[in-house]
Amino acid sequence: MMNGNQYAGDKYALKYRAVVIGASAGGSAALEQILPALPADYRLPVILVQHLHPQQDGPSLVYRLDYCALHFKEAEEKEAILPGYIYFAPPNYHLLVEDDFTFGLSVDEKVNFTRPSIDVLFESAAEAYGKRLVGIVLSGGNHDGAAGLQAIQRRGGLVVVQDPDTAEVAFMPRAALNAVKADYIFSPAEIAAWLPGLNLVATDGVSTF
Amino acid sequence: MQKEEDIEKIELDLLLDALHQRHGYDFRHYARASLRRRVRNALAKLGRQHISDLIPALMWDESLAHAIISDFSITVTEMFRDPDFYRAARQVVMPYLETYPFFKVWVAGCATGEEVYSLAILLREEGLYDRATIFATDFNEQALKKAQDGIYPLKDIQQYTTNYQKAGGKQSFGDYYHAEYGSVIMNPSLKANITFASHNLVSDGVFSEMQLIFCRNVLIYFDRTLQNWVLRLLTESLGTGGFLCLGAKEALEFSDVASQFKVSDAVQKIYQKRRPG
Repeated sequence: MMNGNQYAGDKYALKYRAVVIGASAGGSAALEQILPALPADYRLPVILVQHLHPQQDGPSLVYRLDYCALHFKEAEEKEAILPGYIYFAPPNYHLLVEDDFTFGLSVDEKVNFTRPSIDVLFESAAEAYGKRLVGIVLSGGNHDGAAGLQAIQRRGGLVVVQDPDTAEVAFMPRAALNAVKADYIFSPAEIAAWLPGLNLVATDGVSTF
Repeated sequence: MQKEEDIEKIELDLLLDALHQRHGYDFRHYARASLRRRVRNALAKLGRQHISDLIPALMWDESLAHAIISDFSITVTEMFRDPDFYRAARQVVMPYLETYPFFKVWVAGCATGEEVYSLAILLREEGLYDRATIFATDFNEQALKKAQDGIYPLKDIQQYTTNYQKAGGKQSFGDYYHAEYGSVIMNPSLKANITFASHNLVSDGVFSEMQLIFCRNVLIYFDRTLQNWVLRLLTESLGTGGFLCLGAKEALEFSDVASQFKVSDAVQKIYQKRRPG
């Protein structure tokens, strides 16, 4: 298994290598709580698909996240995925993760009536990162992300869903919860408290939570 | 015991070898993540479980093989996609073409043709259409046929009209098509100077002395090796001073041909070929 070999022997290796987040209607409110909680030395890259109007230039919350410690950056094709960044999908392109941990883009047909699609990101990331991936589905009004979380869980990754009761639009978290048995069902505040500590978990199986 | 996803990777390699050896289509240097999605879609459509189940079909069922090849290579586009790009092309490229009594344009990877009609409209409005010889090429025969027919769903026209206006269109977009039964057909006069031809960027040769090449949202589907290969082919096909226009999220700054171009518009990905030396 490629991931296993790559990280074997590194006693400081992390249990997880990336966090993917899917957000749609009402997702900005949750992201505004979660993303600023991540410290500048956060060791996992964060990759975000937020549904937007195709004519919109970037996530609607960019201008409100100046106080984020991590760099907010539009993902470019063939770009190596690195810690220290929150990457977002360019509008009107699907964002994918290649097996060599670089980004791919496509203008293939919409999936779940949307491009970028959360499922497209999650499914490709699940194949690249295997069990070393954390997938989070936040507020939204369609079922995008549900199949993606299934793919992550099937490969042993960690699956987190926003508590529908805390979501502005509960449809997407509910659809996700119908598709998978989530490892955690959290409010945005709980995700904000939990996610920064996740990178402390080592591969030796000793968990800190 | 190998994991399921490792077995799938072997299956995909075998499938791509089969496609190449049996049909001459080489997808081996396509970016894998997108290709894998397309292969899965083809599997679902055909009701097969495993990628390797497609191999016998590719060997022996000619029509199914062509359907599969078509599914692997179809790209989705729209008229005046990225209106700001067309606005920039109007300002940057058209004055250069104006200096030629006759010029040649290549739309490489034209898919279903939306882009070549957009370009034809642009040339017409700048009074340059009659001087143009336009080559529109793709290796996907089904897509190329659609491009040649120039018939598009009426439901997309509202979006295209908005794009056209944002792109600096000088007339009414409705002047360029005729609507009938839920479809529109592009004015045949737009096709007068367009030659539609089958050409595979992966395996076919250069065109000579083009003044303008459009190759938009094609390179994102390739790996670095194939991107460099195709960029060299496009560079060789351009005359000195000719323009190369790439997709909004494609760039040649980090490619093997970077030094042969001057950046005319970094945001809209418009590049001009320098004089040698």
